[in-house]
Amino acid sequence: MLMIEQTLNGVQLGVMLFLMASGLTLVFGIMNFINLAHGSLYMAGAFTAAWIQGVSGSFLLAIPAAILVTAALGAALEVGLFRRFYARNHLDKVLVTFGIVLVANEATRMIFGPVPLRMPLPPILAGSIEILPGLPYPTFRLVVLAVGLSVAALLWAIVMKTRIGMWVRAGSSNRPIASAMGIDVDLVFAALFAVGSALAGLAGLMAGPILAVQVGMGEPILILALVVTVIGGIGSIKGAFLAALMVGLVDTFGRVLLPPALGSMVIFLLMALILAFRPKGLFPVHG
Amino acid sequence: MIHLFRVLSFATCFTALAGTASAQEEPIRIGFITTLSGPAGSIGQELADGFKLGLAKTGETLGGRKVAVHYADDQAKPDIGRQHADKMVESDKVDILTGVNFSNVLLAIAKPVLDAGVLYVSANAGPSQLAGKQCHPNFFAASFQNDTTSEAIGIHMQEKQIKDVYVLAPNYPAGKDMVAGFKRYYKGNVVGEVYTTFNQLDYSAEIAQIRAAKPSAVFFFYPGGMGINFVKQYDQAGLKQQIPLYTGAFVVDQSVLPAMGDAAIGVRTATLWSEEFPNAASREFAASFEKAYGRIPSPYAADAYDMVLMLDAAIRANGGKVDDKATLRRALEKADFASIRGNFRFNTNHFPVQDYYLTTVDKDAKGRLYNKLGERIVEGLKDSYAATCTMAP
Repeated sequence: MLMIEQTLNGVQLGVMLFLMASGLTLVFGIMNFINLAHGSLYMAGAFTAAWIQGVSGSFLLAIPAAILVTAALGAALEVGLFRRFYARNHLDKVLVTFGIVLVANEATRMIFGPVPLRMPLPPILAGSIEILPGLPYPTFRLVVLAVGLSVAALLWAIVMKTRIGMWVRAGSSNRPIASAMGIDVDLVFAALFAVGSALAGLAGLMAGPILAVQVGMGEPILILALVVTVIGGIGSIKGAFLAALMVGLVDTFGRVLLPPALGSMVIFLLMALILAFRPKGLFPVHG
Repeated sequence: MIHLFRVLSFATCFTALAGTASAQEEPIRIGFITTLSGPAGSIGQELADGFKLGLAKTGETLGGRKVAVHYADDQAKPDIGRQHADKMVESDKVDILTGVNFSNVLLAIAKPVLDAGVLYVSANAGPSQLAGKQCHPNFFAASFQNDTTSEAIGIHMQEKQIKDVYVLAPNYPAGKDMVAGFKRYYKGNVVGEVYTTFNQLDYSAEIAQIRAAKPSAVFFFYPGGMGINFVKQYDQAGLKQQIPLYTGAFVVDQSVLPAMGDAAIGVRTATLWSEEFPNAASREFAASFEKAYGRIPSPYAADAYDMVLMLDAAIRANGGKVDDKATLRRALEKADFASIRGNFRFNTNHFPVQDYYLTTVDKDAKGRLYNKLGERIVEGLKDSYAATCTMAP
């Protein structure tokens, strides 16, 4: 029974990480742009949701608000700032996005103050459901699981089965040729960045009721999301999904079964091991 | 050349004379180093707010003399704290330094500051090193010794004969100290002792283990955001009704309660100060804090405010002088002031001997969460390091 619960916990954590990593891997893989500010967009999603919920009292209203606000923020960042950095080297990209992280944290503190925000669940989601006799599981975590799996399916369908997905894949495989074939790469990239940001916002929204909505909340999860992205192969949605599940399960069981120092290292050991044999991750996009 | 030299020496003599003439009017210089940015920034803000409120009460004076305060942000980093401390001691020439909230930052700055003859009066961090072997005549903890906050809840759980306790803390020095402090007085059965990664986000795996272990209570030490994560998830897992949560001071206070929400109701804490303390000084503080900042104060702010009252009384007793550190130390050691904590005195190691009370999270008349004051757990709790302190005169 405990093993079933822990497996579920691992999968649930994995799905949460996937929500975060999917946006990161899209932007990282396809635009070749390391966006450390992805964690700040996650924070923006959580704060927007908590704030809207606090003002309106409605969790339902907080959902579109968080997604739209982060998508708009992402698009604004891409058009206003990041676009100028595509031709620059990786270090410049890392530095500019890291700068955004610092600015975003202090700006959030100025707007919302230093005390973490409250984000209660609506009563219908606050309790737990008995999924097996004698095994209650928090309802909201089941919702996170469902949302994460739907997002995974939807992203896979869009990227693999639609024309937009084809453009994205084309841009990812060979940018100059895709551009020469008449794809408006600027527009595709801005839209892609907005979608990636909205995914971070969605992750922040889903994390809000479980985790502390506070300044700096984006950084710890960004590190885990980067691990997932690297293990899965940069740019691969399928890779991110499988890697996220793997990291979630390994982390959960590592914490339960191993001594604490080793338990906290185990996902990084997993990453090192996978990179040793598959330097480009499990499912590399760029052959 | 000679002329210039003469002018310069005249000028030097003149300023030196002016210096002695105005010594009494010169403000007392105080350095306040604390964490004002990053995830722990709310702690430093709370300390600074309590400190400023204390100075507002005394009319920006200590013992009748004006004060000039230099504030600095240590960013929770020992090296940054050290840089600020060096600057304040060497170029700002502060008389008294205070404010640090992280023990590792305090340990990095303590030695040079104290050896330079500056008084350090802690409004928060109280590491065991400075209470024991590294105790120093110029160091005073107006706050607490770190271990005592969890020792007190251990005493309570021992008294209540709680049989099986599951223990959780982050895997870092303070986490281990808190568990050690807890186990110093709790002699029952510890059915699980778990150290999680510092700043861990998800606790579902640990919570599942607790559910399976079926303890009678859980003792946890998760300060700041970790506490918010843990308490919310524990409540969502439906365990709060079955297995009660206990913790030491500073974990479930006003810096996190609004974010925890109803999930925190019922959490029991051992604390050195509660917003419901009935003494007049405490009531005045709680009311003026709420008026000034629009929120209920936490024990962080209370300790910082109390420290101002203590300094004010000691410097007044010393005739407004802060240059003679030996007499000022003696005045401080007496701790002759109306503490908002009620009973307060210093032990031989310059750490407090004070009472601890039980509080339980509840809702007040306005629907806000607060720590409802319960019984006194222990009277005059001393830390367990004083015996190893041999204070050089």
